[in-house]
Amino acid sequence: MTDLDYLKLSGAGKFAYNLGQFFRNLPGRLLGGLKGIGLWVARLFQSLGKNLKDLVVTFREGDWKTRLSYLVMGFGSCARGQWGRGILFFLFQTLFNLYMFFPNAQFSGCYYLAKLNTLGTVETYKEGRKTIYGDNSFFILLYGILTIFFIIAMIYTWRLNVKQNRLNEQFLKSGHKLKSTKEDMAALLDEQFHKTLLALPTLGVALFTILPIIFMILVAFTNFDATHQPPSKLFTWVGWDNFHQLLSTDTTSYGDTFRQVLLWTLIWAFFATFLNYFLGMLVAIMINKKGIKLKKLWRTVLVMTIAIPQFVSLLYVSKMFAADGLINTYLMKWGWISSPVPFWTDPGWARFTIILINVWIGIPYLMLIATGILMNIPADLYESARIDGANAFQMYRKITLPYMLFVTGPYLLTSFTGNINNFNVIYLLSQGKPLSLELSGNAGYTDLLITWLYKMTVSDTNYKLAATMGILVFVVLAIINLIAYNLIPSVKNEEDFQ
Amino acid sequence: MSKKHEIPEVDIVVDHEAGVIREVKPQQTRSKKGHERRVNTSIYVILVLMSIIWLAPFVFLVFQSFRSYLTESGGMEAYLLPKTWSLDNYRWLLTDPNSHFLRWYGNTLIIAIFVAVLQTIIVLSVSYALSRLRFRGRKLIMNMVLVLGLFPGFLTMITLYFLLKQFGLTQSGAIPGLILIYVASSGMGYYISKGFFDTIPKALDESARIDGATRFQVFLKIIMPLSKPIVIYTILMAFMAPWGDYVFASYVAFGSEPNYNVAVGLYRWVNVNDYQGYFTRFCAGGVLVAVPVTALFMALQKYYVEGVTGGAVKG
Repeated sequence: MTDLDYLKLSGAGKFAYNLGQFFRNLPGRLLGGLKGIGLWVARLFQSLGKNLKDLVVTFREGDWKTRLSYLVMGFGSCARGQWGRGILFFLFQTLFNLYMFFPNAQFSGCYYLAKLNTLGTVETYKEGRKTIYGDNSFFILLYGILTIFFIIAMIYTWRLNVKQNRLNEQFLKSGHKLKSTKEDMAALLDEQFHKTLLALPTLGVALFTILPIIFMILVAFTNFDATHQPPSKLFTWVGWDNFHQLLSTDTTSYGDTFRQVLLWTLIWAFFATFLNYFLGMLVAIMINKKGIKLKKLWRTVLVMTIAIPQFVSLLYVSKMFAADGLINTYLMKWGWISSPVPFWTDPGWARFTIILINVWIGIPYLMLIATGILMNIPADLYESARIDGANAFQMYRKITLPYMLFVTGPYLLTSFTGNINNFNVIYLLSQGKPLSLELSGNAGYTDLLITWLYKMTVSDTNYKLAATMGILVFVVLAIINLIAYNLIPSVKNEEDFQ
Repeated sequence: MSKKHEIPEVDIVVDHEAGVIREVKPQQTRSKKGHERRVNTSIYVILVLMSIIWLAPFVFLVFQSFRSYLTESGGMEAYLLPKTWSLDNYRWLLTDPNSHFLRWYGNTLIIAIFVAVLQTIIVLSVSYALSRLRFRGRKLIMNMVLVLGLFPGFLTMITLYFLLKQFGLTQSGAIPGLILIYVASSGMGYYISKGFFDTIPKALDESARIDGATRFQVFLKIIMPLSKPIVIYTILMAFMAPWGDYVFASYVAFGSEPNYNVAVGLYRWVNVNDYQGYFTRFCAGGVLVAVPVTALFMALQKYYVEGVTGGAVKG
């Protein structure tokens, strides 16, 4: 298809064409990806070889200070007067050794590393009234990962330490002076300022996000659940069993429920994103229309509802829709209905009500966003359209909508992602109810994957399935994001646009 | 699209009495104007209706908070105005020995203040570094944050709960534990402030650097004073989030009533405890939480709007 043909297509046609192109290119892309991985591995080995060679060369050509640094990290730096760096290297090495070979074998890195492949073999048992604790699978797994982190960091630091020596030697040989500790410190506020800024946040993310995520990914391959709870019980590796449980089609597994919940999650995310988007835009257009007075008042009224903490507004509104809630009692008092509308007890009604209330929550927010963007649309576009005799709807379809969609493409994507993981709205409104015997694992008809995951964790302590589900949520989101990146121009070429 | 000829805006009429030629608005325009008026009227109707729908629940909430829990308890009734206006709910919340409300309020306030300070420092550091400094691994960090963001946040909670438990930071230590959790990963939410820093001209840094300022000085003395809107936005967001957090707070403080935050405490009143009996007290509690938070938000509304609209455009 030539560019001209492409431009002749309607919006939907373009989208379909892009989607088709995406899937047509998929095999090639996957192949490219594999090739990329291959190249990456090759490069890895290359750099490994280079590093090894460099290590040998440094040792052979280095003086005794350098050579001793191979054993005692930081020695060379100290001996050459860079006390700050040297002491840091040395401290790190001491800490590492202490951790790995802690006198109490139960708490040393080596112990955790050795047990990692079984996650513990010694059962906890009772001797009379005394409990003798055996291995704790949870800590073996957690500290096992931490130990691996630590070893990688150690290798990297050791290599850095050797490299330092080599560089310093060359530097001194060429007649320069080495940086003093004071200069090093000063650099942390200047050339190395990013290290100062990022050190603490990176540590926080590594310990509180990356470590837990890796841990949970691994838990998905174990049988860690209510019947295998440390410290009284051990858990161990089970391979892909949990994925079978969630994905297989036989009726005893969670497969059916998982598919239903996933489908509802996607439907919910679609409506929560796009319905709010269009209605919010509509409200913004109405408020911004020329000739409408009190613009500020309308906006303030809506913005106020953003300010009120969600748990107050959502809990109150959910009770308004209850069987004995304000809405039902009033409708009955006025004689419009004879029995309460089952807002929360009928699956269809519950889903409808949730989407409806979410519109109530979401419109003010989107109104704000849309207002900001609408004001940026050049007014002469509308002017010339009006001269051409376009009516309001045509102008909306040909000018406002394309502009909005283009500018807010990335936002729509993050919003969709956010809605798939939108815990608050669902949990505060319906807790996933109505429950059903047809769904397993305590799931209800309005449960999203994320609220189901929460229930599994808190009420069933079924960590293995929760972890598996978390991974599947990630996979779903990754696929959606990948497709979107390839289809939405403003996501792909964000920088160009700005 | 074929170009239609524009209808002239005015008709020209000869006014014999006055002996002049006058311009008169043509008939066509008048009907157009009527159309315009009709459209505007219907927009006003919609906006008024919307305002009612959006504000009504909060008005009802306030009404119900004045219904005494002793005489008019019960969830919803088919009337809105209390039969007798009473402050019983508020009195109970603030003075009754069985009520943990003040404690919860204090907990949430402490968490919010700490998070507002620490999170702001972290978010600004990260976004500044990623926006205005160039170093190896910058792209890698940004891509990693993108990928990590696709994992449901609650997933990490299971591990963190056991980790915190090790250090006594759950249940009775839930407050420092929660602060730690909120702050530790907050570096990942750098997008909006990075977007702001991106818009400040690079020339400013460069000229200061030529004058001999270190990067730290540029950050503190040049960029920060220019960044008041985004600093206030970041503080506001960090301060407000703990007031509404249910999922993390309920898990970390699990079962230890004095250490709940307001969201968990009030949630349990309506969904776990006796909903009918506690509902009016829940409303009063809701009002006490919502009023100061809303007031703060409305006072700083300008900064919020700037942050949100800027952030959405940049993604």
